[in-house]
Amino acid sequence: MSDSPLTATRAPSSGFSLFYYASPQTFFPLAGKLLWPTWIIAIALTIAGLYTGFFIAPTDATQGDSYRIIFIHVPAAWMSMVVYLVMAFWCAVGLIFNTRLSFMMSSALAPTGAMWAFIALWTGALWGKPTWGTYWVWDARLTSELILFFLYCGYMALQAAIDDPRRADRAGALIAIVGAINVPIIYFSVKWWNTLHQGASVSLTQSPSMASTMLTGMLLMALAAWAYTIGVALVRVRAIMIERERNTDWVRQLGNAAQAGDSKA
Amino acid sequence: MKPRQKRFALIAVGVIALAGAATLVLTAFEDNMVFFFTPTQVAAREAPQGRTFRIGGMVEEGSLERGADGTSVKFLVTDTVNKIPVTYTGALPDLFKEGKGVVAQGKLNDGGVFAASEVLAKHDENYMPPEAAHALEQAKKAQGTVVQ
Repeated sequence: MSDSPLTATRAPSSGFSLFYYASPQTFFPLAGKLLWPTWIIAIALTIAGLYTGFFIAPTDATQGDSYRIIFIHVPAAWMSMVVYLVMAFWCAVGLIFNTRLSFMMSSALAPTGAMWAFIALWTGALWGKPTWGTYWVWDARLTSELILFFLYCGYMALQAAIDDPRRADRAGALIAIVGAINVPIIYFSVKWWNTLHQGASVSLTQSPSMASTMLTGMLLMALAAWAYTIGVALVRVRAIMIERERNTDWVRQLGNAAQAGDSKA
Repeated sequence: MKPRQKRFALIAVGVIALAGAATLVLTAFEDNMVFFFTPTQVAAREAPQGRTFRIGGMVEEGSLERGADGTSVKFLVTDTVNKIPVTYTGALPDLFKEGKGVVAQGKLNDGGVFAASEVLAKHDENYMPPEAAHALEQAKKAQGTVVQ
């Protein structure tokens, strides 16, 4: 995608092209159409996941009912890592291809990623007190997840501090790409070093070490977290698109159409 | 090379260099990254001498002794090869149990006894209903009698 001015009325080429949706004015209506299905999936999965986790899954032999915070803690921790990698990916795409939309996607994801990291840390502290006997220790897993939270905050703060969006995007991209090194460190910390945090119960290489209904609840909640993240990122990216492109024809036409709709109603 | 390919190469090289640097740093600080030392490491004098550190392992079965005052305890921390006696006064976490994981912070005194100022429970990554845990224990016991 070059910096050449884009016309508002660009028809899709004969075949389906992934790049057709790579510009804001074509992606905006698509994102709008995807919103409702995403919300419905998110709500349905959350209800199913919480019900499985709190009513169907058995109590744990060692921890009793306090383990049930896992149904929020683990999906939040997974999402905090995944969202960061997705951000770094979009930033790299933006830097390489000079696309506007990829940087907007990254900005749209950051607050949600920060929220997941915060939830993972907070629920972890609440879980640590009754089981380990402490809210917080400076072990490799907890510390690296805290660094992830700070990386999200740093990304958002840096972007907000620079007025020129193009420069803000590039500066933020540097934090996102450099910080991505931290994600594998979080993931493997419990393998590489002695930590108070236990190892992974679910991994790609081993069969899960949990009762199957517990696992079902956790995976449902993880999918719900995915759907929520996609939904909220779409809402935010639509807002960012309109704000950044407010002086372009397609946003003006959108505004005119909305006004016409209001006067009719 | 097109400018686009150049940028891709630059980012790829940057990320690889960064990953290499991170690996070197983490390897260099390996000793400072450990949260606790195992009894075997302590026996090999790898643990810091004369200052506070943490030891981790299992509470040996049958080793827990409670003092007359009701708050002081003595137990052995084992990694199945070496053992270290630990003394501690204070409240223990709910998951503290014989045969389960423990991490204790304190100092090793001259007699080789670890005087702990804080005891934390370390649990494993297995989650199962009580019935399954009971069945597992029965199976282990049955196996033990066969071996004997």
